[in-house]
Amino acid sequence: MSSGKTSSNTDVEGSENKEQRKQETPLWEIFIRGQHGLNHRHVGSLHAADAQMAINNARDVYTRRNEGVSIWAVKSTQIVASAPSDKEPLFDPANSKVYRHPTFFDIPEEVGHM
Amino acid sequence: MASKNTTVSGLFEFLLQMGDSCLILSHRNSQWCGHGPALEEDIAISNISLDLIGQTQLWLALAGEVEGAGRSADDLAYLRDAFDFCNLLLVERPNDDYGLTLVRQFLFDAWHLPMLKGLMDSTDKRIAEIAEKSVKEVAYHLERSSDLVIRLGDGSAESHRRMQTSLDELWSYTGEMLEYDDLDPLLISEGVVPDGVAIADAWNQHVTQVAKLATLKIPDSDFVRRGGKNGIHSEHLGFVLAQMQFLQRAYPGAVW
Repeated sequence: MSSGKTSSNTDVEGSENKEQRKQETPLWEIFIRGQHGLNHRHVGSLHAADAQMAINNARDVYTRRNEGVSIWAVKSTQIVASAPSDKEPLFDPANSKVYRHPTFFDIPEEVGHM
Repeated sequence: MASKNTTVSGLFEFLLQMGDSCLILSHRNSQWCGHGPALEEDIAISNISLDLIGQTQLWLALAGEVEGAGRSADDLAYLRDAFDFCNLLLVERPNDDYGLTLVRQFLFDAWHLPMLKGLMDSTDKRIAEIAEKSVKEVAYHLERSSDLVIRLGDGSAESHRRMQTSLDELWSYTGEMLEYDDLDPLLISEGVVPDGVAIADAWNQHVTQVAKLATLKIPDSDFVRRGGKNGIHSEHLGFVLAQMQFLQRAYPGAVW
């Protein structure tokens, strides 16, 4: 925002400040554990002012149909992601290496299904 | 079962007070569905509506059973006129802005939770069971509304102003919740309904504490608007019922 005068956030305290206003409700990534013994699974994201509000909002947005026994909330900015442009160097080398799959062992009958 | 001494009409009226307040507040909150200030709030307030409508079904079904005239929860919700509704005036207040909606919810929740906790010990098992079922939902309602009142009261200059204005506007409607004047005294002496003083104390304590954290000033007026529990309502209830009851009025007996 170059000029405070043209700010559209006139009802927000501090919006007249020339510095860009800090985002009040940053994005959080939400992970839900469906049952005991399972992993927390990413279910989506939401906005919240802080960690407690993120948990409360996650409860309302993602567990209304009895989906969970536990919630994790992580600030989206804390997630480190691989860059899509790095896809080839990261993943292609694993392409032609079938021997990395444990499919070349004869499994004894008595072991049964693995 | 309640003791034989308790008059049927006194118990019926109390059950209507519980059910109607849940019903009208549920309807008011549902008017935000699709219009909430943020997706998270929209879903949260709609969830609260659904919780309250579930509780309404339990209270009104029991009211119909107690009355013994064969009226169902739906009959009571959709086929009575405003003067037969016993909800608190507080819950029929228009939504106005989201700040007022939150303060209204907070003032109601702060009464609703201690009321239900008291009703869990009711000598009428049917009432105790409904209270037991509702109390967890309402504990979350109060946690959430208290949290938001604190955040917004102690937030920006504008959010503080809106919360304070809402509190000032709604204050005169809170006294009615805490009074038992209109209640059949037998309900209390027989332990069907909990002691009103304990509920008022719990309400005062919680509201004072949250207001302090929210940097909100409790209005010093003790003027109380009454009437809702006796069927004397503001004009707003008529509009709520017109919208809520339209389908059953236009197409009597229509079902899914």
